[in-house]
Amino acid sequence: MIYREAGQFKSTYAADQAVFPIRQDRILVGLALVAAVVALPLVADEYWLQAVLIPFLIYALAALGLNLLTGYAGQVSLGTGGFMAVGAYSAFKLSSAFPWLNIIVVFLLAGLITALVGLMFGIPSLRIKGFYLAVATLAAQFFLVWLFNKVAWFTDYASSGTITAPPRTVLGVMVTGPEATAEVRYLTALILVGLFAVIAKNLVRGRVGRSWMAIRDRDIAAEIIGVRPLRTKLLAFAVSSFFIGVAGAEYVFLYLGSAETLAFDINLSFLVLFMIIIGGLGSILGSFLGAAFIVMVPIFLTNVPHLLDLAMPVALQKQIELMVFGGLIILFLIVEPNGLARLWQIGKEKLRLWPFPY
Amino acid sequence: MTLRRVMFALLALSVIALPLTESAWAQAKEMFIPSLVYRTGPYAPSGTPFANGVWDYLTMLNERDGGINGIKLVVEECETQYDTKQGVECYERLKGKGALVFNPLSTGITYQLIPKAGVDHVVVHSMGYGMTAAADGRWFPWVFNFPTTYWSQASAVIRYIGQQEGGLEKLKGKKIVHVYHNSPYGKEANPTLEELARKYGFELTLLAVDHPGQEQKATWLQVRRINPQWIYMSGWGVMNQVAVKEAAAINFPMDHFIGNWWSASEADVIPAGDGAKGYKGATFHAPGTNFKVHADIVKHVYDKGKNIGPKEKIGEALYNRGVINAMYMTEAFRTAMAKYGNKPLTAEQARWGYEHFNLTDARLDQIGLKGFTHPVKVTCEDHEGNGPVLIQQWDGKKWSVVSDWVQPMREVVRPKLEAAAVEEGKKLGYTMRDCSKEN
Amino acid sequence: MLELLYAVVVGPVKDMLGAPTFLAEVVIGGLAAGLMYSLVALGFVLIYKASGVFNFAQGVMVLFAALTLVGLMERGAPLVAALALTMLVMGALAFAIERVVLRPLVNQEQIILFMATIGLNFFLEGFGELVWGSNVKRLDVGIPDSSFMLWGIQINRLEMTAALTAAVLVAVMAVFFQRTRIGRALRAVADDHEAALSIGIPLNTIWIVVWSVAGLVAIVAGIMWGAKSGVQFSLSLIALKALPVLILGGFTSVPGAIVGGLIIGVGEKLAEVYWGPLVGGAIENWFAYVLALAFLLFRPQGLFGERIIERV
Repeated sequence: MIYREAGQFKSTYAADQAVFPIRQDRILVGLALVAAVVALPLVADEYWLQAVLIPFLIYALAALGLNLLTGYAGQVSLGTGGFMAVGAYSAFKLSSAFPWLNIIVVFLLAGLITALVGLMFGIPSLRIKGFYLAVATLAAQFFLVWLFNKVAWFTDYASSGTITAPPRTVLGVMVTGPEATAEVRYLTALILVGLFAVIAKNLVRGRVGRSWMAIRDRDIAAEIIGVRPLRTKLLAFAVSSFFIGVAGAEYVFLYLGSAETLAFDINLSFLVLFMIIIGGLGSILGSFLGAAFIVMVPIFLTNVPHLLDLAMPVALQKQIELMVFGGLIILFLIVEPNGLARLWQIGKEKLRLWPFPY
Repeated sequence: MTLRRVMFALLALSVIALPLTESAWAQAKEMFIPSLVYRTGPYAPSGTPFANGVWDYLTMLNERDGGINGIKLVVEECETQYDTKQGVECYERLKGKGALVFNPLSTGITYQLIPKAGVDHVVVHSMGYGMTAAADGRWFPWVFNFPTTYWSQASAVIRYIGQQEGGLEKLKGKKIVHVYHNSPYGKEANPTLEELARKYGFELTLLAVDHPGQEQKATWLQVRRINPQWIYMSGWGVMNQVAVKEAAAINFPMDHFIGNWWSASEADVIPAGDGAKGYKGATFHAPGTNFKVHADIVKHVYDKGKNIGPKEKIGEALYNRGVINAMYMTEAFRTAMAKYGNKPLTAEQARWGYEHFNLTDARLDQIGLKGFTHPVKVTCEDHEGNGPVLIQQWDGKKWSVVSDWVQPMREVVRPKLEAAAVEEGKKLGYTMRDCSKEN
Repeated sequence: MLELLYAVVVGPVKDMLGAPTFLAEVVIGGLAAGLMYSLVALGFVLIYKASGVFNFAQGVMVLFAALTLVGLMERGAPLVAALALTMLVMGALAFAIERVVLRPLVNQEQIILFMATIGLNFFLEGFGELVWGSNVKRLDVGIPDSSFMLWGIQINRLEMTAALTAAVLVAVMAVFFQRTRIGRALRAVADDHEAALSIGIPLNTIWIVVWSVAGLVAIVAGIMWGAKSGVQFSLSLIALKALPVLILGGFTSVPGAIVGGLIIGVGEKLAEVYWGPLVGGAIENWFAYVLALAFLLFRPQGLFGERIIERV
């Protein structure tokens, strides 16, 4: 009843091809953006910003990158943690070597460097497919982490062996470093992820995205109709690594503040992969939903005992949390194997017919 | 179909419920103490006894004395699983409740919190771990790592080895191997060891063990080939257990194998069984239960059923480490209260208490820990206290102290420390403060 | 430049040949370690071969099996009884997994099933710790961890026992899959669930059987690895060391698990001992993956894996 397109006519091709063709969708997205940019920083307290929203945005960006590679191009990669480390360490080196450089430019350059590294590690994908490729990307993961541990140049020969985000300003406002407020960091992450989401959406709707999906679905047939596998796969690796590299730089500069290589280990790779599988492979919205699920469910589960005023021993709480988390994942997969994005789609379709069942 | 409905309900519930999360705040006449723990996850065998020690000591103070000078202590544990992200979440959630001090219990979380300590005004006490350079209080006024640090420990262990060999000059030509966890934590001791190797002429070999260290055959084959006289280990987690086992399996004389204070607890030696007999470890407090504090803990905590852990595990190496951590905290609070009055402290007052911490033997006797640990004095420049180290040995059933207090080589460690502090402080944009201007 | 080449190529080889007994020790150590990896890899192979599922939770199953065994022994059960009970528990677990996880997800894509095993991984982690606690437990199955000398080479009893057990187990599995009816049924199910159903193979029973056998393998792996490091959470991380073995040997091959394990084990140890010191050590982990990757470039399905046939 509310969600009907009756009366909305398109008179140009551009309007027809819009990302959000239905007016209600546009209103909804507009409201969400306003809420995210204006309302949330005013309403949310520091705990929410620092521990929930900022990591959500950063993971969403990383999940976006991985979704382009795994969801759209079909190349399963478990090297996300290593690539995020490349992004973080190159951002650190760039910002310490060129302190006058704007930090956003540093992030983008770090993304470029990660794209080059991702390109290199993507070369085996031309020969190896499926789960074998996934395990082969683990070579990238372990090697990169070892490299950053071993070569002291990456941490500027720091005795602590960690990288720290230096204080940097953008337009006079402190964006990174200990003095940067959570609101500023949140807005920076939000703007960056919004920008990249728009880029990704346009990529996947265009020729590039279609060539990726062709490779994913039937790569031999794709080759026959003229999609060049070498270029397409390497492009997928490069673009995906760019996104992941920027996410890695944000991870240290906007969220943690200081990190050692253990923060980029294999668990991070698995975490981002879980996000895109739960959220929905091959869906931009799915990356965001998956990141939200993985970030917020554990926090929700940790806080439930406080809500219900239960005084549970911490260890028991954590163990039950793990069990519930695992159970929820299985539950979600049984109910909707294609992820949360598909659930959202079904929801919208039902809403269009509401209050009628069909 | 019903499954789908259940799930939608759950989703809706979680969206509504999240903003409502809240817990009790500490009331007046109470002080809130957060306790970051890891009772689950890969490091739980080390984290659980520590957490129990902290809990028991603080609960004992509440039960026996009604708190510190009448101010009750509200302790809330938060599980981090040694994971940096969960540590951040715990910190953000608990700092708003009036927390004065955080004991991160993890190098990763410590590095996370150090920049925030100055901004959020909380004291970070990384007792014997964390960033060694923070011992220079002129650069890091809110971070403390007394009673001693990794670099001091390494120098003290070398001094002990020298003592065992009949003098530091006898070290010339001897072979010492450092088996370390391949992470910033494990590498901490390396620069100090390298400098000491140059100074005293012993042959140092550094062998890295990749995280998590479940499989160390290659490392110990290399040890066999080198055939050193002494091995020092900076390990963590499962690496310790496997290393002790492997050393026993290659018939290395276990009394020449010294682990650092995170590699020498009960959990590390139990899997090796009899093979671990003679294994030594560094520490800065005594093991065991022969102290009045332990008797009080049994009486006021265990007999009243307010404990979390089992009674048999009181007195374990890491349990006592938790006790000493809690003791340092409460004594620092007392120091501050002596100046500012017996009421709940503010963050600045607590920091003052930490910076003017002066634990004497007499005081240790008063609180029931006579001979438990070495006196500690903290100053503005020296947040390390430059504490000495004890060597303990495992006899198959328990740890016992087998040495006197071994002094670290301050003349080697302090200059490097100050240089590192300048470097780390500048990275964060700090300026060095002038201690003569403070009170 | 020439010095670099010398240091990388000639130096370590000279080192190797200069001390042949030590080289033998390294190789034997590598073979033994490799067989221990094969034990874990075998669990993966079994489940993949028979249900087409890449079981992310295999490492946690090893941990869970070891925890159950040690927990029962600590409560006073003698070794044999504890083993039998643990086997029952793993069987019950297999039954539960089949009912709750596999049956609702029949014929879904591989990656969905993979994700379901991830959920299972979290669940078993929490459950295992809840029931048995998180302390380190000593596992004593009566095999001494001492060494003896043979022709100047030091050999470790525990490792030899583990290696032999692994070899025997792998041989038994290979025979099981090739020669028995159930083995054929398992292979049919791995090929295509629906086709197998249509010719009357009871899918559910087969799955319970295969997950139980994987559980048995997990028990053996848990015993061997638990005896080396004590039974604790980190045991589940051993699965990561078994993955290169899997890719080298092929996901679907039982002899591949053993050959892959041997190659990875020896390769890893030789690299770490002779080339490691050149770059500061700790290269084992990524070297194993790079080695497997190198093999994959020549045979994308692994050494013994099924040839990947692609159709348009």
